[in-house]
Amino acid sequence: MKKILVAALMLVGFVQMINAQETTEKRLPKLPSIDVKNADGQTVNTATLSNDGKPMIISFWALWCKPCIKELTTIAEVYDEWQEETGVKIIAVSIDDARSSSKVKPTADGKGWSYELLLDQNSDFKRAMNVNLIPHTFLVNGKGEIVWQHTSFSEGSELELIELVRKLNRGEAISE
Amino acid sequence: MKKTIILLLTLTSIFAYLPVRAQELIQGGTVSGNFQIDGQYYNEDKALGITADTMAGKRYGVNAFGNLLYTNGKFTAGLRFETYLPPMTGYSTSLEGSNIANWFADYKTDFIQLTVGNFYEQFGSGMILRSYEEWSLGYDNSLKGIRVKLNPFKGVALKGLVGYQRSYWTPYEDGNRGIVRGADAEFYINEMIPSLSESRTKVILGGSFVSKYEKMTTKRLVRGDSIYEYKLPRNIASFAGRLNVIRGGWNFMSEYAYKMNNPSAANNFIYKEGQALYSTLSWSTKGIGVMLGAKRVDNMSYKSRMNETESILDINFLPPLAKQHQYSFATMYPFSTQPNGEMAYQAQIDFKIPKGNLGGKYGTQVSVNYSQVNNIKKEQIEEGIPVDSTGTLGYSSPFFSFGDELYYSDFSLFITRKFSKSTKANVGYVYQQYNKDVLTGHNGEYPNVLASIFIADITVRLNDKNALRLENQWLFTKQDKGNWVGGTLEYTFAPKWFMSVADEYNYGNDDSDQQLHYYAISAGYTDGPTRIAVNYGRQREGLLCVGGVCRFVPAANGITITITSSF
Repeated sequence: MKKILVAALMLVGFVQMINAQETTEKRLPKLPSIDVKNADGQTVNTATLSNDGKPMIISFWALWCKPCIKELTTIAEVYDEWQEETGVKIIAVSIDDARSSSKVKPTADGKGWSYELLLDQNSDFKRAMNVNLIPHTFLVNGKGEIVWQHTSFSEGSELELIELVRKLNRGEAISE
Repeated sequence: MKKTIILLLTLTSIFAYLPVRAQELIQGGTVSGNFQIDGQYYNEDKALGITADTMAGKRYGVNAFGNLLYTNGKFTAGLRFETYLPPMTGYSTSLEGSNIANWFADYKTDFIQLTVGNFYEQFGSGMILRSYEEWSLGYDNSLKGIRVKLNPFKGVALKGLVGYQRSYWTPYEDGNRGIVRGADAEFYINEMIPSLSESRTKVILGGSFVSKYEKMTTKRLVRGDSIYEYKLPRNIASFAGRLNVIRGGWNFMSEYAYKMNNPSAANNFIYKEGQALYSTLSWSTKGIGVMLGAKRVDNMSYKSRMNETESILDINFLPPLAKQHQYSFATMYPFSTQPNGEMAYQAQIDFKIPKGNLGGKYGTQVSVNYSQVNNIKKEQIEEGIPVDSTGTLGYSSPFFSFGDELYYSDFSLFITRKFSKSTKANVGYVYQQYNKDVLTGHNGEYPNVLASIFIADITVRLNDKNALRLENQWLFTKQDKGNWVGGTLEYTFAPKWFMSVADEYNYGNDDSDQQLHYYAISAGYTDGPTRIAVNYGRQREGLLCVGGVCRFVPAANGITITITSSF
């Protein structure tokens, strides 16, 4: 009787451990919950950012950052095609402080960009995403998981970025 | 027997269950973080005045940090480690040390957010409270204490906090700095009143209150044979109110801040109240954007230590109204905020000339900016008492009038055009007037610097991965160090490699021994979020400014290595 009980208990414990192990598979990080503002002055919680199950690119930039402007200008030329082909959405997060944050929308409009703009005036989102240097770009899959990130911009690296988006759409794994 | 069985049963259950719970707790969360290591090795360079003597054995400097973040659902904890052994040249020697600099724990739901430990916060545009961190300046005025944020109703955001500010590594002790307390409320009217939610006009109102408590009570001043003992206020309050109206492409923002009398080292211990007003108006639609801004600052230095003269322990942030430039010659004469008084305005227009005769095959991008900063008018309060005299009300100043002294002006025009699939260029012209005396804290030693800067930056894409960039800059001025010419040639192999050679030549220096070449060779490798860059060469002396706060960068010669990564 006793033995059966012990065996039964061990079995229960074993099953639980297996259950636990199943969930130890690598979990991809999700977007943190930080309050930033959009161009309409509304507070947006970054954990709720989504693109209806399609991939999303989050790019940290600032008006004083030359390579950031270069990257976003380069992508702006092909953004319509990218969207049509892959459904990808770009969220351009400006880390400009109160000195320049009111210039962000006029400048982005003046450049003809059609990205969704977010203002991270005191770098709260930047810190939560562990961004050191900008430009810093994140690729988020349809489930809201961060699957890839890259810092700096060089001519042609936008081609790598869209290739990764295509891979995501095909359901292939992305390794950094 | 039964007891043994029950005991065994209980124990087994616990032991089987515990690791599962513990694992869940760890599994449910994610750990992330980032690192940066900046290291410099210095050479002697007689032309720059750097000898073994001036270096005093300091051949290298290392600034480094690591952040660790643990997130599990609504809970986040973080820890920041910093090392300055010793700090790189140009950073405050008070940074020397290696330890956990900051830590925090945070719990956030849709309704409430609670933070204990070090935190960064900004009320409105920051004119009465902003704590932030800027690695390139070695600046961190984070608050250590408690913060609560509440969202009781849709469209209403309330914040309250209490803490003391970071001052390098100095532990908080009785009286070595003040305590900062504050509250802020913001109302998004359209979200609060359902009938307005569809309105095209969006209105946001906000108000904040900050108070500083400091123990110091008197200030002793010797003037001639007399000794004066001034009674100082322990509590210094400040208030701010803001309004933001948005309709279609229009956006109007205005914030007014008021600070009670705050005698301090920064204002020569006058008992005058402080005021600031910052407004911007912008309009934009796809293809064109215009921004106008105006600002007045009057006696708004607000630090949590009234004797402080260094740029640390600032409670507030006064946004400077001048363009933040991207090219190195245009940042040679940077503007820094003058908290004791400035009147400024700025206008900027960005537009795109569409494809066609004028715009070319791909369209042309134009950006024009003008900003000007003057002093404020300061009038004597009483005959015989000079302006800014310690222990007096200081001066009176008409709110809307500009003073006669120019601090800074900056005109810039940039044109970006793509000529073919592979070639694009950015050309620019900048004209600056720089009041070197005021902006570098001197008195009657230097003339104003008038500088014209030309920039030509051409990028050629050789194929999908290889690109060359040639950047040329010219700076013409009769003052300061005279004319400069600079060039950079950069080669990138996307997305991982870059290398560049650069030289800035001060051929116009009046002192022929100082007609120097500031050469540099750099190379770097980027893999995802990891970047390693090496630079060898000379570093030009100058001011590095971010957000109107500046750090003096001394001349140097040597190797710099930067390693940065995040995970």
